[in-house]
Amino acid sequence: MIEVKHLYKSFEDKDVLKDISTTFEDGKTNLIIGQSGSGKTVLMKNLVGLLEPTKGQILYDGRDFVQMSKYEKVMMRREMGMIFQSAALFDSMTVLENVMFPLDMFSSMTFRERVHRAQECLERVNLEGADEKYPGEISGGMQKRVAIARAIALNPKYLFCDEPNSGLDPKTSLVIDELLQSITREFNMTTIINTHDMNSVMGIGENIIFIYEGNKEWQGVSSQIMGSDNQRLTDFIFASDLLKNMRQLVIQSGLQK
Amino acid sequence: MIIKKWLTTFGRYLLLMGRTFSRPERMRMFLKQYVKEMAQLGVNSIGIVLLISFFIGAVICIQMKLNIESPWMPRWVAGYTTREIMLLEFSSSIMCLILAGKVGSNIASEIGTMRVTQQIDALEIMGVNSASYLILPKIMGMITLMPFLVIFSSAMGIVGAYATSYIGHIMPPDDLTVGLQHDFRAWFMWMSIIKSIFFAFIISSVPAFFGYTVEGGSVNVGKASTDAVVCSSVLILFSDVFLTQLLS
Repeated sequence: MIEVKHLYKSFEDKDVLKDISTTFEDGKTNLIIGQSGSGKTVLMKNLVGLLEPTKGQILYDGRDFVQMSKYEKVMMRREMGMIFQSAALFDSMTVLENVMFPLDMFSSMTFRERVHRAQECLERVNLEGADEKYPGEISGGMQKRVAIARAIALNPKYLFCDEPNSGLDPKTSLVIDELLQSITREFNMTTIINTHDMNSVMGIGENIIFIYEGNKEWQGVSSQIMGSDNQRLTDFIFASDLLKNMRQLVIQSGLQK
Repeated sequence: MIIKKWLTTFGRYLLLMGRTFSRPERMRMFLKQYVKEMAQLGVNSIGIVLLISFFIGAVICIQMKLNIESPWMPRWVAGYTTREIMLLEFSSSIMCLILAGKVGSNIASEIGTMRVTQQIDALEIMGVNSASYLILPKIMGMITLMPFLVIFSSAMGIVGAYATSYIGHIMPPDDLTVGLQHDFRAWFMWMSIIKSIFFAFIISSVPAFFGYTVEGGSVNVGKASTDAVVCSSVLILFSDVFLTQLLS
């Protein structure tokens, strides 16, 4: 469980995050949604320590990440996995070497065990037979899956995903979403997903945090979104006319029942 | 204002070097990278070093023979000057200037691309000291192989000089041999190697710094790569002046 308490972040004179307090729960896919520029990537970077918060607390199961020394932060990061928007695979290594990299670096396993574990992770993301390929030679969806496999290789407690679906077609997005959700449940991880893909919001939104201009505007689960009366949230989610009409229909039919 | 900017950059460079020179987390991974970098940066440069040294050695010999030598000078002048130029300046300083272009742009663009595609962030998130993991093997690899490149360069320069006398018949090979052996001081060879080690550090660490601190996209990677080559060339020339003064 990750608790965020009164988190502020400003760049020079611009306040990007203002008083964010929330909880990300274990075994659930926690979603951070919001418009481009609303501060969701900044929030994510603060959580993993790529940026320093101006003030506030970030508690990983009670341990305050902001107050930690450099060394403690490095140790803490070994409990985290992260999937970047661009997958960020090491392009000088093959797929298998990429997944093996965290194991090579931190585990005390033998070579054979490491290969075995890496292949297990690749199987878990349904990616077999691509071991010897380089990241440049596989499709975007496959790259994302390799990134997931690499992130889960060390059995992290906390998994962060920065827009895992950007640049993927809707069907592949669904596959990635389901994969993330099933992995989260299987290993009881705290998964935090930064997204603006509405399919994910409706599909795997077990705990949704809506950020609007640096403030936490709304928090809830996907089933509450349809009926929500928060104007900014509905404007954001149901942006197109098609979706607006759909929502009206759903609400009306709901009332008739 | 510009001095403040330079000092800030220099401070950031020192901080990065501080992070780079820490004990590698996994010796096995460090050695793997070390061997890879030695092959990529050092061994792959042998070809160009030999090629350039051969022709420069030959050209210097021809120039000396045709333009400097006159009847009232000893017959060993051409060979002697060729040897001194190769050993004292060309094999260390000029060679490193050329390598700054080849190796420097390679390092800066590789690390810069890793930065803009978030691969360095990915390393950081895993808890890996990215500076040490990426930069230390490059610096160590370059420092290890640079003395060999210098020795190869000097030797090839002399081969080039002999080629002008055997193939080009510019002068009798005996004259050249006498010149090459005249008043030889072994210290000059060591001086060349010591200087090249400093240059090796410059041409691996400075481009690594420029690459590591890239922000933005491909345009910035290109700019970092150019800056890296320019900056390391200038630093090589500056430090050459001081090192030559100190060592001779």
